[in-house]
Amino acid sequence: MTTTTHPLNETLAETTLLRFATAGSVDDGKSTLVGRLLHDSKSVLTDQLEAVEHASRNRGQDTPDLALLTDGLRAEREQGITIDVAYRYFATPRRRFILADTPGHVQYTRNMVTGASTAELAVVLVDARNGVVEQTRRHAAVAALLRVPHVVLAVNKMDLVDWSEKEFLRISEDFARCAAELDHPLGGFTAIPVSALTGDNVVDRSARMDWYTGPTLLDHLETVRTDDGQADRPARLPVSCVIRHGDDRYYAGQLTSGELRTGDAVVVLPSGVTSTVTAVDRLGSRVDAAYALDSVSVRLAGDLDIGRGDLIAPVAEAPALTRSVDADVCHLHDRTLSVGDRVLLKHTTRTVKAIVQDLPGRPDGLTTNELGRIRLRTAEPLAADPYAASRRTGSFLLIDPADGATLTAGMVR
Amino acid sequence: MNDTLTTGTHATPPETTGPETTGPRRSHLDSLESEAVHIFREVAGEFERPVILFSGGKDSIVMLHLALKAFAPAPIPFTLLHVDTGHNFPEVLDYRDRTVAAHGLRLHIASVQDYIDAGTLRERPDGTRNPLQTVPLTEAIQHHRFDAVFGGGRRDEEKARAKERVFSLRDEFSQWDPRRQRPELWQLYNGRHAPGEHVRVFPISNWTELDVWQYIQREHIQLPEIYFAHHREVFDRGGMWLTAGDWGGPKDTEPTQTRLVRYRTVGDMSCTGAVDSDATTLDAVITEIAASRLTERGATRADDKMSEAAMEDRKREGYF
Repeated sequence: MTTTTHPLNETLAETTLLRFATAGSVDDGKSTLVGRLLHDSKSVLTDQLEAVEHASRNRGQDTPDLALLTDGLRAEREQGITIDVAYRYFATPRRRFILADTPGHVQYTRNMVTGASTAELAVVLVDARNGVVEQTRRHAAVAALLRVPHVVLAVNKMDLVDWSEKEFLRISEDFARCAAELDHPLGGFTAIPVSALTGDNVVDRSARMDWYTGPTLLDHLETVRTDDGQADRPARLPVSCVIRHGDDRYYAGQLTSGELRTGDAVVVLPSGVTSTVTAVDRLGSRVDAAYALDSVSVRLAGDLDIGRGDLIAPVAEAPALTRSVDADVCHLHDRTLSVGDRVLLKHTTRTVKAIVQDLPGRPDGLTTNELGRIRLRTAEPLAADPYAASRRTGSFLLIDPADGATLTAGMVR
Repeated sequence: MNDTLTTGTHATPPETTGPETTGPRRSHLDSLESEAVHIFREVAGEFERPVILFSGGKDSIVMLHLALKAFAPAPIPFTLLHVDTGHNFPEVLDYRDRTVAAHGLRLHIASVQDYIDAGTLRERPDGTRNPLQTVPLTEAIQHHRFDAVFGGGRRDEEKARAKERVFSLRDEFSQWDPRRQRPELWQLYNGRHAPGEHVRVFPISNWTELDVWQYIQREHIQLPEIYFAHHREVFDRGGMWLTAGDWGGPKDTEPTQTRLVRYRTVGDMSCTGAVDSDATTLDAVITEIAASRLTERGATRADDKMSEAAMEDRKREGYF
C-alpha cells in the first residue's frame, strides 16, 4: 500500500456531507481563511499550488496568494476581486464539505443569500481589532433570514490583539446582543478565536490561546449536526415528473421533508384529490419508507390526474392553499422590482403567474441587493409552507416572463 | 434568547453537535446521488428535447447510471450525443456502442473528422482536436434543436468550472457569459430560455473525482479497460505519456516505449495523457487517487496547460 499523508487515505468509507458558506467583509481575511482551511486540511494539490505560485510570481508577489485558488475567472484575476459565488470541495476522513465561497465586494448581499440558501452552516468572519461592525450585523441578519441552521462567529486576526481572551469574549458578547435584536431568530452560534494568517485554531489547535477550550474551526465543521429537523416535519413530495411504465404511473420527485410509507393517506394539491400510497420506490428499488431528501417515485391508488407541479402531502398535515403570498425577499437583478409587475413565481416544481401587489415601505421599488417585504397575488393557488418551517417548500423565485431572468429570491412568511 | 447562545469558552453546545438522532444516516454519496437524480427529473419535467453528452468516459458513464435510476423502471427519456474527435480510444468507442445497445438508447454522433473532410474545420498544427469539438457540438445542438444538454462537468475539475451553475444558460451561439449568469438558490433551477437558446445542465457539479470513483465502486459500474493499469506503447510529449496511434504521434524525435499505465480521464488521444500505475482493480485505483498530489486535469490534460484561462476561453465559445 502507498504510504501518504493525505487524510482521505486513512479511511475511504462513506462519510456525511456538510454544505457551508463563508461571509466576510473585504479585509477580514476571508480568502486567507478559506485558503488556510483548504491548505491545512491538505486539500490543495501540488499542481494547483504550483499554478498559484507561478501566477503570484508573475504578479510580482513573493509568497503564493491563496486567494488565487478561489478566483477562477479571467476578470477576477485581472482585477484582483471575487465576482461571484464559487463552490469548493474538500474532505477529511470524517466528512465531505461543499463550501459556498461568497465574495465580500459589490453584489454582496445577493451572493451571500445565494450561498446561504443551501448552507447548513455559515461562518461569519470578524476582524478582532474591529469587532462587530455594521457588515457583521448584516451577515448575521442574512444568516437568520435564510434560516441557516448553524452559525459560527470566527473572530479572526487574534494574533493582532495579543491572543487576548478578554477581546474575544467582548466580541462574542457583542455578537450575542446583535443576534438577539434580529427580526428573525438566530438558532444559536459558536464563537471561535482564530488566526487565518498563522493557522491558529483553523485546523490545528492553537498553543497561544490555551484559555480557549472549544473546538477548532475544522473540528466544529466535522462534528456539527447536519439534519435540520426536516425529518420530523410532515411529508412533502413536489412532483417533478411522471414516469409511465406500461399501465403504471410513478410520481417522481425529491421528498423535501418527513417520511412517506406505503398505506399513507395523502392529498394531492392544489386539486385536493385524496388517495393512498400503494408503493414507494427509491431509485428503482421498492422500499417500505422514504425519508426527507430521498429522491423517490410513488404510486397512488386510483386513476388520478397528477402532473409536474402537484404536491403530495399527508391528508392530516397538508399545507393550506393560498393565492396571496406574504414574503421576505432579496432582490437579485439589476432591473428594479415594482408594484404592479407581472412575474412568474417558481415554487418547488410549480411555476405560476403572479403580480406584485405591495412592497411595504418601498414606493420606488426594490433594487439590486435590497432586502424587503412583498405581497404577491398568484393566478393559481399555491401550496406553500412558511419558510421558517421548511426552506424547500417555503422558498420561491420570481422570474421575468419576458426573458426568463431570475429576479428575486423569496421566503414565505 | 441568550440561553441558546454560546461562546467559544464554553464546551460545544449539545444541541448542535453529535450524531444525527432522527431519520436514517445519509452518506455523502446518497446525498449527491439524490441531488443528481432530482436534477435529471427536473429537466425531464421542464424541457422538450434534452440530450445527454456521452463519451464513454467515467463521468458520462456515471451520469447515464444516474439517469437510468432516475426513470426506473421506464427507460431514459433522452437521447445521447457523442462528439467524436476521430482520435478516440478504440476501447472507449467499443464500450460506448455496447452500452448504447444494452440500454436500447439512441445515439447521435457529431464527427470532427467529417468537418475536417468537408473543409469546414482545419487540423491544428499541434494535432490537438479537443478545441475543434466546439463547432460540431454547437451545430448538432442547433440541428436537433436540443433545449437541454446534460454534461458530466464537475466544479472540482477546474477553476472556471467552479463558477458555473448547475443550469447554465447558453445563447444561440452556445456561448457562456460568466458575468451574466443567473443566481441559483435552494434547489430551484431556472430553465427558462428563449427559442434558439439552450441550457447546459450539470447534474454532478458537486461531485469530486473521488466521489465518482467511490460511486462506481458502490454501484458496481463497469468501465472501459483503459481506466485500469495495462501495458501500452507510449511516448513522452510535454511531460505526458501519449499513446502512439493513427492520430499522428509520435514524431521521429519521440521514441516510444512500453509502460504499465492507466488513464484518469478519457478524451482526445492527442492531448490525454496516461499515468504510470499498477492499479488493476477499483480498490487500487481509489487508493491511488486518494494518495495523488495532482488533480485529474493537471496530471493528464495537455490542453488545459495552454494558458491560465484555457478552459474559461473554450467554455465562452461553447465548449461544454
